[in-house]
Amino acid sequence: MTLTQEIITVALCVLGTMATRFLPFLIFSPKHPTPKYVQYLGKALPSAIFGMLVVYCLKNVSFLTGSHGLPELISITAVVVLHLWKRQMLLSIAGGTICYMLLVQLVF
Amino acid sequence: MQNKTVMKKALKAAFPYTIPIFAGFWFLGMTYGIYMNVSGFSFWYPMLMSLTIFGGSLEFVAVAMLLSPFAPVQTLIMALMIQARHLFYGISMLEKFKGTGWKKPYLIFGMCDESFSINYSAEIPEDVDKGWFMFFVTLLNQFYWFSGSTIGGLLGSLITFNTEGLDFVMTSMFVVIFLEQWLKEKKHYTALVGVLASAACLLLFGADSFMLPTMACILCFLTVLRKPVEKAGGLL
Repeated sequence: MTLTQEIITVALCVLGTMATRFLPFLIFSPKHPTPKYVQYLGKALPSAIFGMLVVYCLKNVSFLTGSHGLPELISITAVVVLHLWKRQMLLSIAGGTICYMLLVQLVF
Repeated sequence: MQNKTVMKKALKAAFPYTIPIFAGFWFLGMTYGIYMNVSGFSFWYPMLMSLTIFGGSLEFVAVAMLLSPFAPVQTLIMALMIQARHLFYGISMLEKFKGTGWKKPYLIFGMCDESFSINYSAEIPEDVDKGWFMFFVTLLNQFYWFSGSTIGGLLGSLITFNTEGLDFVMTSMFVVIFLEQWLKEKKHYTALVGVLASAACLLLFGADSFMLPTMACILCFLTVLRKPVEKAGGLL
């Protein structure tokens, strides 16, 4: 690739990203009332999205080979237990991450 | 003067939320910078790409694109497909970004997975300016990603320290946010739709191409379930 082609490639990545980020705001301008269906989606989507993002983070975990996803399952359980117990976001995240690092570096 | 206190307060409230992102983005950003460095690119590439694209997964894919023959149409389609989930973020933030003035274009520009998740779910104290809070969350996150990528690009493979597993900080964060959302809800229809649809699509389509089918499934289910969801008060 020439430098110009590289710049175009990166620019297209920027364009693709910004299109997906800006489109909803361009379609539904604050000057007009947002359709009821879209308002409903705006409220119903986030829970589904957060579920999707958790699965997205785990997409490359193999449950059939290697460590069978055990470090991930154990650490996620640790996050949930810690969070239900103390309800402190940073503590739960740090605890789960340290648990996972210890497991993959020392145990599995 | 007034403005300065407002900003300071918002920064103070926003910073703690971004600490996990700092850990995750520095790690992932450095990994990305090192990857570009060992692929033969100077640090200018990860530095400028982290500033302009600011979307982790696409930036990794972009390295492979830059190493392949020039294919503009394919590049754009790929970018749109990988980033399509942002459409959902935008729809969810239509209300929250209202009235943020000149900050709004930047909030939308910097709306990566992590900034969206925090800005959507954080309980911003009454006396903190929401616009500035979200602005600082977005700015700090982008700064972490930018600095991590640039340092990785500069130092290349010189960095050797045992950070195996540190990237789990992102998974932990999304689990916590998911759980918080779950605890706030009366009914869990939409959360279950999200988890089950993505898990099923992941099994069916594989790790590289399950996001678009997942989004289509979620839209279908939420549309079909609209009446029961609204009736059950399953929304916040």
